Amino acid sequence: MDEFIIGGRTLSSRFLLGTGKFKSKQELREVICRSGAEVVTVALRRIDLEKNEDNILSYLPENILLLTNTSGARNADEAVRLARLGRAAGHGNWVKIEVINDSKYLLPDNAETIKATEILAAEGFVVLPYMNPDLYAARALVKAGAAAVMPLGSLIGSNQGLRMKTLIEVLIAEISDVPIIVDAGIGRPSHAAEAMEMGAAAVLVNTALATAGDPPRMAEAFAKAIAAGRLAWLAGTGETSPLARASSPLTGFLHG
Amino acid sequence: MVRLRTAELFALDLETLAREAQRITRQNFGRTISLYAPLYLANYCENQCLYCGFSARLRIQREKLGPEQIAAECAALAATGIQNILLLTGESHKHTPLGYLLAAAEVVKKYFPSISIEVQPMETEEYRALVEAGVDGLAVYQETYDREIYARLHPAGRKRNFQYRFETPARAAQAGIRQISLGALLGLGDWRPDVEALFGHLNALESEYPGVDFSLSFPRMLPVEGAVQPCIVSDADMVRILCVARILFPRVGINLSTREPARFRDHVFPLGVTRMSAGSATTVGGYAQSLQGHDAQFSISDERSLAEIKTMLLNKEYDPVFTDWRRM
Repeated sequence: MDEFIIGGRTLSSRFLLGTGKFKSKQELREVICRSGAEVVTVALRRIDLEKNEDNILSYLPENILLLTNTSGARNADEAVRLARLGRAAGHGNWVKIEVINDSKYLLPDNAETIKATEILAAEGFVVLPYMNPDLYAARALVKAGAAAVMPLGSLIGSNQGLRMKTLIEVLIAEISDVPIIVDAGIGRPSHAAEAMEMGAAAVLVNTALATAGDPPRMAEAFAKAIAAGRLAWLAGTGETSPLARASSPLTGFLHG
Repeated sequence: MVRLRTAELFALDLETLAREAQRITRQNFGRTISLYAPLYLANYCENQCLYCGFSARLRIQREKLGPEQIAAECAALAATGIQNILLLTGESHKHTPLGYLLAAAEVVKKYFPSISIEVQPMETEEYRALVEAGVDGLAVYQETYDREIYARLHPAGRKRNFQYRFETPARAAQAGIRQISLGALLGLGDWRPDVEALFGHLNALESEYPGVDFSLSFPRMLPVEGAVQPCIVSDADMVRILCVARILFPRVGINLSTREPARFRDHVFPLGVTRMSAGSATTVGGYAQSLQGHDAQFSISDERSLAEIKTMLLNKEYDPVFTDWRRM
């Protein structure tokens, strides 16, 4: 049984979705349905706390686990305040910490992210921090109570794939207490499959879907790639070799 | 370096620029447009900008809204669905000083999750007080980066001081203002050196204040009665400017106001725009009709209601975004 557990909850899908940049909320809903995703992240700053027809939450299918995120927070203090506001407004206690103080590259600030994680985890939040893939920071996040660690694959929204591959492999090898979820930069199903083959527990995708020609169909493609990548990881991929190795060696009879 | 690259980009053919600008915009912002509306609180001004309808030398009726009138305007505007608001005054330290703006912000924040201001340039400490009062954003336009033209067009008032205005975005950033909008008023002179200087200004600010969300505005001058007449910036040049801005600054917001006519806005916004004003009134008290028959700072071309703009965006398969930032 290949269970995927975060914060004590068993999840049905290793495909997590972001909800920005879609041309309509109806399309977003189709994408979620077609993806099979269970965890969907929504920026707290975009959630309309008033009731109105455009509230993004009213477009989420039932049984979705809402992962609010602190997008827009520039330091730990702002992230903590946003998370608390979200919980107080009834949006649950799962939160993705995003602390970004660079509008050009949108790189997360690991030091502030660790601070926010520590505070919110102590308050009972299930904290999923978005981070720069750095082993020391990842260890600190686990120690601070993170329920998963979410390194960026490449610059957010860039669709560049796993530019940070080596560093993410280090995290996967060394962090065993919580799942490693590759978040940001995954631009194609093949990138997602690659992350899963490496042993990532899950991937979080947004821009690759929102900017696809047919986002719902692309969501299905990603779902299949993620499932395939996971299966390959479980199966154990064969070793690579610099030389050709025939699957039926010509000299095999000598050893028979 | 930005200058050099800018010059090379301006030399490219328009269709190539447009395709690249649209691609970059979709990549970074998706198919979304944020909507906002201006709210004019007052039209007192101490400056004498030769191109402006609020100039101190013009004999127009001067007004400023009191707290109850501001509340009425906010209620009328909020009822349309608008959530991001830009508060505007003329530039008058006498009639709309910091205290007036702080009191206005206290009223306005009951109605809107996010408040930006376009008022006289102030000191860092004053901006800090406005941030405390709930102000998230600031728009301040240099108008022109040509010091000679600037001196000629701003004969009186504190706005004569080019350098003080130039350093205003930095003071606001130091005070913790989250969103800062820069711009040049196109048509005061040759647009190209102004736009290149604006890009240089933004480039320097981005390096110094990486946490700020900067955006650009390119208001095209329209003729105002009794004012200097503009050097016309053609539609093609306007498109060129928007596209080059997007290519040079992939993550920066670009605003497009109702100064521009509807047909132009509808065709141009997918090329790089991220924020559009809608259902705008540019007179003091223009929403709740609390004051009538007053002079506008400039005339608007796109007179469609917010609902009409929203429908237009949906028809073009864009998501109109009303809440993209919320004061905490």
